[in-house]
Amino acid sequence: MDVLWESETQLTVRQVGSKLTDRDLAHTTVMTVLDRLAKKGFARRERDGRAWLYRAAASREAYVTELMLFALDQTGDRSAALASFARRVSGNEARVLRRALETGGDPARS
Amino acid sequence: MLSPVLVLAAVAVGLVPVAAGLATARWPCRSPGAAIMLWQAMGLGWGVAGIGTLAALGADPGGPGVAAGAFTALDKAVRDVAGEARSPGIVALMRLLCLGASAALLVLLCWVLIASTGAMLRDRRRQRALLSLLAHGDPKVPGALVVDHPAAAAYCVPGLRSRIVISAGALDLLDQAELAAVLAHERAHLRERHDLVLLPFTALARAFPWSVLVQRSYASVALLVEMLADDHAARQRPARELVTALIRVGAAGTPGTPAGTLAVADEDAAMGDSGVSARVERLLTPSPGLSVPARVLVCGAAAALVVVPAALLVMPL
Repeated sequence: MDVLWESETQLTVRQVGSKLTDRDLAHTTVMTVLDRLAKKGFARRERDGRAWLYRAAASREAYVTELMLFALDQTGDRSAALASFARRVSGNEARVLRRALETGGDPARS
Repeated sequence: MLSPVLVLAAVAVGLVPVAAGLATARWPCRSPGAAIMLWQAMGLGWGVAGIGTLAALGADPGGPGVAAGAFTALDKAVRDVAGEARSPGIVALMRLLCLGASAALLVLLCWVLIASTGAMLRDRRRQRALLSLLAHGDPKVPGALVVDHPAAAAYCVPGLRSRIVISAGALDLLDQAELAAVLAHERAHLRERHDLVLLPFTALARAFPWSVLVQRSYASVALLVEMLADDHAARQRPARELVTALIRVGAAGTPGTPAGTLAVADEDAAMGDSGVSARVERLLTPSPGLSVPARVLVCGAAAALVVVPAALLVMPL
């Protein structure tokens, strides 16, 4: 997927395979992976003669944003899909909390 | 003898003020586990009592018990209409109406749960697919995935193939000890399947967005689940690490949002209670858990809330 994100143009399976030089992958392996990415909607493909031309469906940044919007609970719909560590607190609450930590909080159990 | 209708109706109606009271009570913070159990029992008991009240109103008084009576009433109505070709009386019609409402409530509650579960599984699959493309490991947080984004976030995707995710922003923000506390907190969520505990309340909150009580119940249980995970983390790590991590992650602004005073004031009004203050407070000054008799009382109440309505429905009286 990184290869597709870095490429400006559409790539054939063989071109993708040749860019993955650090890993010795069979042509069919690359083909299977790209096929799966396309079926999941992460890659778009077009027929060019006998070969498929692949490109990323959306930029890496767009996917990261989607992931983080979901995590920061800013999508609006309440979902049981994940559990965030801490919800965002307001500016006032943060100030009060910091003061409590500096003054009152004894070093609790350790 | 009290009629089952009255008891079931009393449970269904009586649970409304009880839930409102429990949402504002202080003791759940001291024993989140017991309180969560009580919430579960109240939810289940309310559903059974609500369905049961309507069914009991529609049941034929001659039948032994509510469930059998309901079938008798249905059977009579069918025979009246189909067999003897005469229209059922007004009483029989009212009974049918109540039985219909009872069945509708049952279907609605089941559907809400199924729909919510479906949405949850779909969202998780999407999360896992995105994570497998975008996230990478990091030696600072063993067992967790890191997503390169400057905002501070830490969360887990529960399930059979669970994931703990830390954003690069949180990785920069927190020191090693705080990260360990965060991981301990998230692992407690995953190990105890807190997502399943919360699921029925999420389902209700999605189905009844206009109901203040349902929303507050959901918020209460969600907060209690966090407290439960906090307790687990505080047993493994010094509580102070968790507290500083909570404050840092909670107070970290989303990059790109200018921190002007006006924006902050607006936010304060819009965001409501995040629950982070309550969690920090109880971690810094731990109060003793409920006494044994109080625990027994809570467990007994929870058991009664489930058993009594269910028994009234099934048992012949």
